[in-house]
Amino acid sequence: MIDLARDDLLGIYYLMGLTRAVEDATREMYHQGQIQGTVYTARGLEATTVGAASALQPGDVLAPQHRDLGALLARGITPREIMAQWLRRVDAPSQGRDGQLHIADMATRWVLPSTGLPGLALPVAAGAALAMKTRGERHVVLAFVGDGGTNTGDFHETMNLAATLDLPLICIIENNGYAARTPTSSQFRIKHLADRAAAYGIPGHVVDGNDALAVYEITQQAAEIARTGRGPSLIEAKTYRMQGHSAADSANYMPPSALDEWRQRDPIELYARRLENLGLLDDALILEYGTRIAQAVQDALAFARNSPAPDPATLTDRLFAPDPVPPTTEDEIITAPRRAVEREGIWN
Amino acid sequence: MELTNGAATTYAQAVSDALREEMERDSSVILMGEDVGDRAHSHQAITSGLQARFGAERVIDMPVTQSALVGAAVGAAICGLRPVVDLPDADFLSGAFNPIVQVAAKMHWRTAGKLRVPLVIRCSSGMGAHDGPWHSQNPEGWFAHVPGLKIVAPATPYDAKGLLKAAIRDDNPVLFLEHHYLYRRLREPLPKEEYVIPLGRAEVRRFGEQVTIITYGAMVYHALEAAETLETEGISAEVLDLRTLAPLDHAAIAESLAHTHRALIVHEDTLTAGLGAEIAAQIAEHCFTDLRTPVMRLAAPDVPYPAATELEAAYLPDAARIAEKVRRVLCAG
Repeated sequence: MIDLARDDLLGIYYLMGLTRAVEDATREMYHQGQIQGTVYTARGLEATTVGAASALQPGDVLAPQHRDLGALLARGITPREIMAQWLRRVDAPSQGRDGQLHIADMATRWVLPSTGLPGLALPVAAGAALAMKTRGERHVVLAFVGDGGTNTGDFHETMNLAATLDLPLICIIENNGYAARTPTSSQFRIKHLADRAAAYGIPGHVVDGNDALAVYEITQQAAEIARTGRGPSLIEAKTYRMQGHSAADSANYMPPSALDEWRQRDPIELYARRLENLGLLDDALILEYGTRIAQAVQDALAFARNSPAPDPATLTDRLFAPDPVPPTTEDEIITAPRRAVEREGIWN
Repeated sequence: MELTNGAATTYAQAVSDALREEMERDSSVILMGEDVGDRAHSHQAITSGLQARFGAERVIDMPVTQSALVGAAVGAAICGLRPVVDLPDADFLSGAFNPIVQVAAKMHWRTAGKLRVPLVIRCSSGMGAHDGPWHSQNPEGWFAHVPGLKIVAPATPYDAKGLLKAAIRDDNPVLFLEHHYLYRRLREPLPKEEYVIPLGRAEVRRFGEQVTIITYGAMVYHALEAAETLETEGISAEVLDLRTLAPLDHAAIAESLAHTHRALIVHEDTLTAGLGAEIAAQIAEHCFTDLRTPVMRLAAPDVPYPAATELEAAYLPDAARIAEKVRRVLCAG
């Protein structure tokens, strides 16, 4: 059985519920015209995102992609930060400069910011793993990629590079049935994306992406391999995006029968039943968590709405990091004696 | 400042010395690239011996990729290392466009200053390989448009060393464009003492009074030769070596034009929407009242880089063409 204590198991339940509630609130605000741009949510992926990220330890790095709210919350990013980010307020992690779930904190929560291009988070994640290996740290990097993202060059280049250098990288493929609106049947001919691991000479695993504990367990096993210098792993979490690609997407291309089928396997419901069977959860506790989650969402909304808009006068500042120390004084440069460069016959 | 005992250093050796000194000075400096280790002799043998000295953990041979290599360097830089990526040719930068343009250049701004990317990407650019469309390109036009990147293009061994040291110490992504043609054709005695040349400062290579030739890289030497020719005709040309292409040293350009009142911009890169266009626009906006004649440009024509020697000679600006264009600048008033 899994090495999780009661509080940890209930913590996963809380985070999955919080993920869904924050997403539902976000979609509602989008449809009310309160959020600009595009909103990507991941109803149905809560077990994959929360389960995998729950296997991380302090100092391990998370490299999420665009719809991995559950992983961000599991890493300690707060609903307040998320809502302020969606509203592009000054109290958002990006202070209004970037939107969506592109949130960075490498100081205390070890989150690399997602980038708006599929697959592009992976080489950066591998670089974080390279830094850990170079410094001899026993940390790992957990990176997420979608089924569509596995078709990019960055996915292949990165997995091969990480394998060749034995980097402590775990790549979770969220196979949720669709890349934007294109079904997986139009994207690749293999049955399991995890089979691609064979091409890099690394372990590949298929896991039920709607089973939070199964995802947690396989991620932890891969983390142990990575932590002990035995290189990267590829994990395919088979799950289903129970909504359209974005909040603007009606999802009319998704067969109702498939949606119904996956609703029967709703990861939050499955997990609740499991905790109930373990005697850890009952109706009273479910109600209590529901109240706590609703309060957290209301608090986050109030916080974000009260946060000021970014000051347009700051638009162009902090493009570059400042020079830490002036490299040398101007006097030294100007008075340095120079001999003419020998360039006789340079064009011969 | 004491000079070495006349033992002149090549441009390639100056780059190598800068890498070694910075790796000695700061253990977070690492090298990444294809064939940077001692097993193979890297491009121009610049990294030879560094793996033996600093270990395979800091001089890392990478599988052949561009995007994942540079992307991984970006990730390592965010996590506190100071990677220097070795790409054999600047032509290969296109394969790393995503991590450079979409990730590294935006990182500090888009995280509101939370994350820094102290990254250097070294590559050889420009003429010298005599190898056609994929081994001689000048990539600065692709990247000078990108906010958040610094671009350096040294023309001398002294500058190659001092600017590379500054680039490695800089907390921002820097494209360091070494000039292929100059690696082994230049020698210069370098100071024994450590020196660092700040990024963003141009240098006057020759003082003149009637026209400023604004250029960089190997074209500096064509410009100097043209200036010597023009002097015999009574024309006094100043040669300004930009050294850093982004950010541009606008002050140095304005200062020069304040006394020469005329400008010719010369580069190996192709003409349209190249760096020369930006410099000409800046001059038009900020130095208009100083100008006595229109700003002109001399650059490669808008075609890919050719392979045959005869075509290459027709492609690149040279001293004769620079001198001829200067005469036209002087007559244009």
